Amino acid sequence: MKIPERMRSTEFMIFLAVALECIVFALLSPSFRTLNNFVNVTLQIAIYGILAVGMTLVMITGGIDLSVGSMVALVGVSAAILSKQAVLSTEIMVLVAILAGLAVGMISGAFSGFLIARFGIPAFIVTLAMMTICRGVVFLITGGFTEGDLPASFGWLGRGHVWILPVPVVIMAVLFGSGHVVLTQTAFGRHVYALGGNEEASRLSGIRTHRVKILVYSLNGLLAGLAGVTLAARLGAGAPNSGLQYELDVIAAVVVGGTSLNGGRGSLPGTLAGTVFIGVLGNGLNLANVDPYTQKVALGIVILTAVWLDRIQKQ
Amino acid sequence: MVEPYLVMRGMCKSFPGVAALDEASLEVHAGECHALVGENGAGKSTLMKVLAGAVLPDSGVILLGGRKVEIRSPLDARRCGVAMIYQELNLLPELTVAENIFLGREPRWRMGLLNRVKMMEVSRNWLARLHQTIEPGRLVRELSLAEQQMVEIVKALSLEARVMIMDEPSSILTDRELEELFHLMKTLKNEGLAIIYISHRLEEIFRICDRATVMRDGRTIATHDVRAVSQGELVMQMVGRALAQIFPVRDAPSAEMALEVRNVTSRPRVKNVSLYVRKGEIVGLSGLVGAGRTDLARAIFGAQPIEEGEILFEKAPLREHTPHEAVRLGMGLLTEDRKAQGLLLNMTVRENVTIANLARIARYAFVSKSKESALVRALAEGLRIKTPSLEQGIGNLSGGNQQKTLVARWLFTNSRFLIVDEPTRGIDVGAKAEIYQLIVELAKQGRSVLLISSELPEILGLCHRIYVMRDGEIAGEFSAEQASQEILLATAMGVPLPAGPSTP
Ligand SMILES: Nc1ncnc2c1ncn2[C@@H]1O[C@H](COP(=O)(O)OP(=O)(O)OP(=O)(O)O)[C@@H](O)[C@H]1O
Ligand SMILES: [Mg+2]
Repeated sequence: MKIPERMRSTEFMIFLAVALECIVFALLSPSFRTLNNFVNVTLQIAIYGILAVGMTLVMITGGIDLSVGSMVALVGVSAAILSKQAVLSTEIMVLVAILAGLAVGMISGAFSGFLIARFGIPAFIVTLAMMTICRGVVFLITGGFTEGDLPASFGWLGRGHVWILPVPVVIMAVLFGSGHVVLTQTAFGRHVYALGGNEEASRLSGIRTHRVKILVYSLNGLLAGLAGVTLAARLGAGAPNSGLQYELDVIAAVVVGGTSLNGGRGSLPGTLAGTVFIGVLGNGLNLANVDPYTQKVALGIVILTAVWLDRIQKQ
Repeated sequence: MVEPYLVMRGMCKSFPGVAALDEASLEVHAGECHALVGENGAGKSTLMKVLAGAVLPDSGVILLGGRKVEIRSPLDARRCGVAMIYQELNLLPELTVAENIFLGREPRWRMGLLNRVKMMEVSRNWLARLHQTIEPGRLVRELSLAEQQMVEIVKALSLEARVMIMDEPSSILTDRELEELFHLMKTLKNEGLAIIYISHRLEEIFRICDRATVMRDGRTIATHDVRAVSQGELVMQMVGRALAQIFPVRDAPSAEMALEVRNVTSRPRVKNVSLYVRKGEIVGLSGLVGAGRTDLARAIFGAQPIEEGEILFEKAPLREHTPHEAVRLGMGLLTEDRKAQGLLLNMTVRENVTIANLARIARYAFVSKSKESALVRALAEGLRIKTPSLEQGIGNLSGGNQQKTLVARWLFTNSRFLIVDEPTRGIDVGAKAEIYQLIVELAKQGRSVLLISSELPEILGLCHRIYVMRDGEIAGEFSAEQASQEILLATAMGVPLPAGPSTP
């Protein structure tokens, strides 16, 4: 088979895989091919999708962020608590809570980015530490209890609809779209790829590599914040255990989408396909009554296969 | 007549859009040093990679010692006694010299634990045999490029190679190191090794090689006994036209200052250096490898911190000492180490050219690809970068064409002050003349060039003024009229200047 361009064809292959997957499940279970289930799947994917956009940027620079799952919880809980304070009118408090949640995410991300860029500590270590710190703080401020009974207006972010589309899905779609434009059409996007390809060469080309890194981790934190408030809105509560191990699923989706762990390579359409593939896999296997343990095994095999195919194709 | 030890016949290899090898053939005898010459992108490295198992050919046969062999991987090549020193060095920087030499076949104690004692001892013996003083326990990251190359050679020898391929080994060496290398090659020849030597410097080939095979557009077009052919004839066959390789005439520089370096110290290898470059001036920085020339360049460019002193660019002190600021002000740095500090291997030729000045093609942060392609195409044509398209990954270009792409990067930024560190490294004779032309052209436009080069003729032929560095200090300053090869060398080595008036 003649493959015209490497990047594009990687994405093409994943989309092909997604299509195949859907066909197989549609044949296997009638309940898979309902509109209701379609909406359901997209809703389930949305939170992971939002996180995967940021993670893709981070991973193209050659980094990683293990703290997104904990950030989701931290942001969800903080926003939940804030929205219930009766300082101002409920609507305004909800808005304040959401903005504060986004700020918390962004600041945590910026802090990680700063440590990674300024002191050259490996991203793996910094974000591993941030992961446990954020999770710890969540339990400290909640005492382990879920913050429920959120104002109804908060719920719109997670359960509302724009036309027939659930709000989280709309958020995800907008993020993938604008993220793709940023990565492929702007100078900043070029810098992100350059940084992942060769940091020293990038620096010597006049790119402010520290700044780009901090920016990328801040953006990632901001998106983790967005995912956090959206999830809290959908659940109607800020739960200290929410977002547990999300980072692993997100990283898996990004890798399946063709982004290299070594940096310099990857794309958002690929990530979207990877996220959908993994989301549909879970949903389809559920409907086909496959037990959760077998599902885990399947997911692992998918990850390995994706990486293996990627290898073959590169040669 | 003796059978050749190595025979390659009818080798073909196509990459998308390029026929890198087209029925290429080669015969090399044991105990022979065989040169492979040709323009950038002629297919020299590809032919050798086929022999070293790094590239699988589409067709062709290889005979070693009269027997047909299948070389399908680097491991096969090693088993057949073929070793290759690559154009881009391939050591692991975080390991020691000894660990690199024994990579993948570390000696062990009976218990299965690493036998470091033996590793160190054997490495030290090999290094001593080649008269090298490199300590095998040092990290490769701390070595100069020349030293790293020696480590590669030792590694190849310790694998008991019968065929040794050297892809442009001399491009990173100074004259003295080159002498050492030649000496070493003679020893290897006498031991019966077949050596294949790739270089763009024809003088070297006439000194050290017995025969030379010329490649052009993937074909091997002729093999000569070097005693029976002239440089001119070789060049003629390589580039298909006669070439008068002269240095272009330069204008006098203006009196205006472009750059002033005042008492700059940047540890560990730049000590109290002062120099200046005027607008329209080409200034040479000569010296032995390790004299601190590259470090000085990096310090000026803001790539490494300075502890003392100050740098004035166009009479104003630098606001911020970073490469970003340097590029913003209009400086450019063509680095010596292409792979580690220049190339973005994950990106295309087009993206590699524009990365240092995206603002030029951006509008509200959005890059205009049509404008970008047009500008890059013009540059690529001007420099004759050989590539099937601008969308080619830069890693797929030949070494010389990668270098030209990096030159294009700094032309794209319109730098007013360009530091070029070994700019003609790996560039063929034709392109070299073009780069010389370009440097002089830039100076004529009132830009300045600080030229670091280990090739003395290049320094002498191009520069208005020359500084010589030794052990991190400026050991001498000469005008073009005063300088000669002998004087520069003597100053670089710290021996008394040759007596009498300098050569006119
Ligand atoms: N992996 C690859 N993919 C695509 N094209 C390639 C690849 N490797 C080499 N080429 C192309 O094959 C041709 C021959 O390249 P090669 O590296 O052998 O040239 P060379 O003679 O060694 O040149 P130089 O003197 O510049 O090192 C070039 O046009 C190059 O762009
Ligand atoms: Mg080559």
